[in-house]
Amino acid sequence: MQYASLAQQGETAQLGMWVFIATEVLFFGALLFAYFICRLSYPEQFALAGRDSKILLGAINTVILLTSSLTMIAAIELVKRGRRHAERLLLLTALLGVCFLGVKGYEYVQDFQDATVPALNFLLKPGYHPPAEIFWIFYFVATGFHAVHLTIGIAILLIMAEMTRRGRFSPGYYAPVETLGLYWSLVDAIWLLLFAAIYPLGRAAS
Amino acid sequence: MLISYLAAWIVLLLLLGLSVLSAYLPIGSLHPLVNFGVAVTQVAIVFTVFMRLTSPPRIKWVFAGAGFFWLLFLFVLGVIDYLTRSGFPPG
Repeated sequence: MQYASLAQQGETAQLGMWVFIATEVLFFGALLFAYFICRLSYPEQFALAGRDSKILLGAINTVILLTSSLTMIAAIELVKRGRRHAERLLLLTALLGVCFLGVKGYEYVQDFQDATVPALNFLLKPGYHPPAEIFWIFYFVATGFHAVHLTIGIAILLIMAEMTRRGRFSPGYYAPVETLGLYWSLVDAIWLLLFAAIYPLGRAAS
Repeated sequence: MLISYLAAWIVLLLLLGLSVLSAYLPIGSLHPLVNFGVAVTQVAIVFTVFMRLTSPPRIKWVFAGAGFFWLLFLFVLGVIDYLTRSGFPPG
């Protein structure tokens, strides 16, 4: 027996996820730091480039992701209380994640058509200078890594939903679902910072 | 319990609305301050409500705190590097 109690096992799993979250904070923190340095260096070009980002799609995706965090925590509460059909909320959370990726994919297509995809299809419009491309490189690196995280989350959600359906969790043991909830909300939190870094730029008339 | 999650979700959506609206207001150099102020507030709500950072066990503060402590190192040392360069910001 490795743990004194199931509760202790659950706490240990949570702490493990917090260690991982600390590494994620550093990973995306470094990315955002690079962003801040570049934005400080070329504020006008970043404002110009940011204006071309699709703020409506970004806002829709933020609503989707915030809602998925709500359904995720509600699913944890249902699993914790041993309610039936808790897996439906987990599946709904996964579905919201898929919707996010769908909107993101549509946004990438729009970006491509607007020639704002570095290396593949990038055009400097009149008044734009090369640093504008740095904004778009950040955009694709950051949102790309975020999408990878979300995809992993969706895959684990589907596994957890199936495990819930098979009755593998109980009011005494639900640590995997709770730990996944931490990861899911972290991916949500990272998106909130990316949204602020990408979409509101250069909108107001100056 | 569920009510507090719902309340947090509504506040998060309102903050998103504030962030989008403020982007179109002529507030000049205050833009990044408002946008990132809103984002950091949203992240704080997600961490405390959805990730239950404030509930027991308290030891998770050590783990979460360590992450942000090292992030502080990254930012402070990084900023010192750039601000002491003669050619920064360029142009």
